[in-house]
Parts: sequence; structure tokens; C-alpha cells
Amino acid sequence: MAMLHTVNKSPFERNSLNSCLSKSKEGSTILLIEDAVVGALKGTIVADKLTAAVANKNVCVLGSDLNTRGFTEADIIDGIKIVDYAGFVDLVAEHSNVQSWL
Amino acid sequence: MSENIKKFMFVNTKAPYGTVYALESLEVVLISAAFDQSVSLVFCDDGVFQIANNQNTEASGMKNFSPAYKALGDYDINKIYVETESLEERGLTLDNIMALTYEDEDDDWAEKSSIIPVTRAELADLMDEQDVVISS
Repeated sequence: MAMLHTVNKSPFERNSLNSCLSKSKEGSTILLIEDAVVGALKGTIVADKLTAAVANKNVCVLGSDLNTRGFTEADIIDGIKIVDYAGFVDLVAEHSNVQSWL
Repeated sequence: MSENIKKFMFVNTKAPYGTVYALESLEVVLISAAFDQSVSLVFCDDGVFQIANNQNTEASGMKNFSPAYKALGDYDINKIYVETESLEERGLTLDNIMALTYEDEDDDWAEKSSIIPVTRAELADLMDEQDVVISS
């Protein structure tokens, strides 16, 4: 079963999203939470890397953290899925293991 | 008193909500306004997210403190510098930033924008002019 990766730091301030993208396998899930949700925005300096990740990984963002920061589905890269708290729990249950990138 | 007025600049570089820096800085800024100093604010790097439009904390249950920035004008804090390169790197424009305003007492209390877009180079010059720079 695949790994669930969570990332909670802004990609503009820390390298943890980069590390996660380079060390996660195809078919794994990457969930952006807390300050990492801004990594899902369109037109940023990390958008190309996220767009590439969407092609072979399941990239998700926590909707409540996205809304908190003033953004919605219209602002994020195509192919990134929005999940709610129940969806977060489902992801944890569906995956064999969780790796937190801090 | 006037000869004792110092130029204070508060530099906000962190995203809101994930850490407490943004909220704490805002509280210090509002307190500083009580001391009749010349106060300006900077939003650069992830700090630009602090004044993003449409912050909605309903689903996360956190306290949405973004409306408090709209009070800055009433505290005579009307120089709010936003670094344009920081916006661009994050896929944002000035349209994504809250319309922070003040009423100009020297111009019949006309409502004017407090937001001043600046480049990274201009910001370096502005910081150089300050008596006190407080970063968070």
C-alpha cells in the first residue's frame, strides 16, 4: 500500500515540500496542510513542480486551511484535489503509513 | 515631544495561522500606535499572505484576525509597504491584497489607500532610513 505524505510548511520559506516531492514514490499521496497549502496556488515559483507531481501522484490540499488563508478551488493548480477533515481521516486510513514533512 | 519621534518599521515576513508571528506582530503594532511614533509596516516574503483578501476561517475554526488590519488607518498607520516581487513569486497581485485605507486629515478626510507597492531594492532603502526595525 502507498504512503501518505503530509507537508505543513510554506514552500517559499522551507525546503520540506521540495524534499517531499523528490522522495515520494509514484502513486503515493501528498497532502498539503497548514502553511503548506499556499504551495497549491497557481502561478507561483513552485507551481511547475506541483503540476509535474500531479501527473503521477495523488496531490491533495486541506480545504479548511486553504479557505482560512483566503483561497478557494479556483486559485489552485488543476488536478490538485481538495479534501475536508473527514477526507484527511480517510486518507490516513487508506494508506499503509504516514510520513510528515515538517 | 516631536524631536523624540522615531521611525519604526515593522517587517512581516511570515504566513498567518501556521505560526503565531503574524498575530503577535499585529498586536505589537497596535500597541506602538499609542506612543505617537512614526510607524510603517512592511509585508514581504510569506508576510504578504497576512493581508490576503477573503480569509475565511469558518471550516478551520481558527480566529480570523485579518479584519483588524483594516483598523490600522484609524491608528494613523498609513504607510503599508507591500513587496511586489514577493507577490509575483506567490502567483499574487495587488488585487489579492485587502484594500487597507486611511482618512487624510490634511485633505478634508478623504479616504486614501495605505498600500504602497515597493520593489525589493526600494525596500532596502526604506529600511536603511529607519531608527528601529522590528522583524517577525
